[in-house]
Amino acid sequence: MLWQTMMTFLISTPSRVAKSMPLFLKQLSSKPAWLCWLILGLGVWAAATMGAVTMTGQDWLAPLQQDGEPLSGSAYVLWHLRLPRILFAVLVGGALALSGALTQGLFRNPLADPGLLGVTSGAACAAALTIVLLSGSGIEIPSALRYWLLPATAFAGAVTVCFILDSVARWLTADSIAGLLLTGIALNALAAAVIGLCTYLATDEQLRNLSFWTLGSLAGANWTLTGVLLLALIMVFCYLRRLTHVMNALALGEAAAAHVGVNVRALRIRVIMLVALLCGFAVAWCGMIGFIGLVAPHIVRLLIGPDQRRLAPLAMLVGAILLLLADTAARTIAIPAEIPVGIFTALLGAPFFLVLLARMRRGV
Amino acid sequence: MFDVLNEDGMPQSRRHFLTQLGAGFAVACLPQLALAAESGKKSTRRIVSVGGGLTEIIYALGAEKELVGVDTTSLYPQAATRLPSVGYARALSSEGILALSPTLVLASEDAGPPAVLRQIATAGVPVTVLSANDQFEGVIERIKRVGAVVDRDTQAAQLESQLTQEWQRVRAPILARKTAAPRVLFILSHSPGSVMVGGKGTSADAMIAYAGARNAVEGFNGFKPLTPEAVIAAQPDIVLLTAQGMQVVGGVDGVLKLPGLAQTPAGQKRRIVALEAMFMLGFGPRLPQALSALDQLFTKTMQSA
Repeated sequence: MLWQTMMTFLISTPSRVAKSMPLFLKQLSSKPAWLCWLILGLGVWAAATMGAVTMTGQDWLAPLQQDGEPLSGSAYVLWHLRLPRILFAVLVGGALALSGALTQGLFRNPLADPGLLGVTSGAACAAALTIVLLSGSGIEIPSALRYWLLPATAFAGAVTVCFILDSVARWLTADSIAGLLLTGIALNALAAAVIGLCTYLATDEQLRNLSFWTLGSLAGANWTLTGVLLLALIMVFCYLRRLTHVMNALALGEAAAAHVGVNVRALRIRVIMLVALLCGFAVAWCGMIGFIGLVAPHIVRLLIGPDQRRLAPLAMLVGAILLLLADTAARTIAIPAEIPVGIFTALLGAPFFLVLLARMRRGV
Repeated sequence: MFDVLNEDGMPQSRRHFLTQLGAGFAVACLPQLALAAESGKKSTRRIVSVGGGLTEIIYALGAEKELVGVDTTSLYPQAATRLPSVGYARALSSEGILALSPTLVLASEDAGPPAVLRQIATAGVPVTVLSANDQFEGVIERIKRVGAVVDRDTQAAQLESQLTQEWQRVRAPILARKTAAPRVLFILSHSPGSVMVGGKGTSADAMIAYAGARNAVEGFNGFKPLTPEAVIAAQPDIVLLTAQGMQVVGGVDGVLKLPGLAQTPAGQKRRIVALEAMFMLGFGPRLPQALSALDQLFTKTMQSA
């Protein structure tokens, strides 16, 4: 059933994209959305000018001037390192925030984050197994493959654990979202145990590799990844229209939603699939970047209320802004060194969130 | 009795080695001075060194003028800490390193992430990765390779023969010694809550073996959390720490309070010694000095008790 859904999703997307284009624009052109776009645009511009290498106007025009010659020097840094990384941060932030918004909507619980569906623990589990067992087994891996190995296994781990979780939950506690939550807690604990075992078996060097993987970093960004993620996000975004509509009904409760004609089961599969793919991709390439999936939907909910149709697109924008700012700080504060980005997502998101919370309470 | 470091982090015996080291370098550097004066003007090489041991080698080869950046483990010599820091070896930043416009990046095996090293190489800066091998032969091998990439082959050959001589001088009495090898327990500690002991295959294990002692724990590879029963079963004669680790657990008294240690010969006779981490475990050009310092610490602490 899961694969069926996935296939229909892939096949029917192009026509859906065409149909929902006007809606796509409408949702992203409300007043708060314009504000977010403005901040995001300024953020991208500021981030592009900041960094260890100083840029000149020449560097910006370099791809136009050089006829087929590869870029070098600061132009190379700008066009092949800094810009893809900035855009990647924006897209990953959007993907994480969207996953967060969808998970919170599905569980009808503001404390839920994509981790509950086993995405992060699955990826971490696979990464730990790869780092410790594979490199410990002494198998020689060609260096070209080694670069792809960890992201590929982490992505596979994220998606697999997510789908296993869904199957187990459906088998044990049929059609209950609370059951999904509890199964998620159990499977996450299981994954944590496997990670713990790997940590125990790891050598000192593997342990440090593993802990730096879990800290998260956007350093691996390049144009290919950015393009793939952009395409995936556009597809998912257009698919959202139908999804968010019914998710609003789900907010009334599973029974009430079923009574107004929502196929809760199908909805659940779609949400899990989207979260597994989007969040899995982000985690596989960037490691664990916490807090965005949790706090971005919250911020939007405090600003414009819980209507999923408006919340999901805005949460993407807010997530994009948050991760862009966090990554720019991570990149530029300790030049020429770099600070793990996870530190800044929490450092930026948490105070902002607290201020909003205090304001809301006073207003009530 | 026991040996501890004095306030500036140097045991009495180490001062003696530093004088030796200084003398050694003076001899090694004399012909280099002339060379450096020549090549210093025209050399446009800019090196970023990722790895404390590699930075030490670069200084020992007299190529420090070409260094433009080091990582956070490059703490010796002192002058290296004044160079721009590119951060922790495992979390490098491609743009940060490229901003130093290097012509060569020298990295130890554990430098990363791989994506960043790839980006730097794609940007046209050669990245030379040197294997990390915790053996004396590994040090010599690294000196040769660094010497080759920074065009200091003669200096590398000189340093190599000088280190080999020193090494043999330090190792000979250890090898000739007839007394029973003391059992040494190496404790690594980054925080009072996490205390690990070094098993086989660790750099500490290699140093203990070179110093003619036996690692008290041989049942496992790598670093594992300390358990009281395992410590008592190991019956170490000496407990060895890094100076940094000693500070973290609270000096000798702090070490004695670690679970199980009071029930071991080392704990009862307060035979607890420490050396600075990079000096003891860096496996750079200071290896002979470090081994000699370690050997003296062991001998002294065993005699005094």
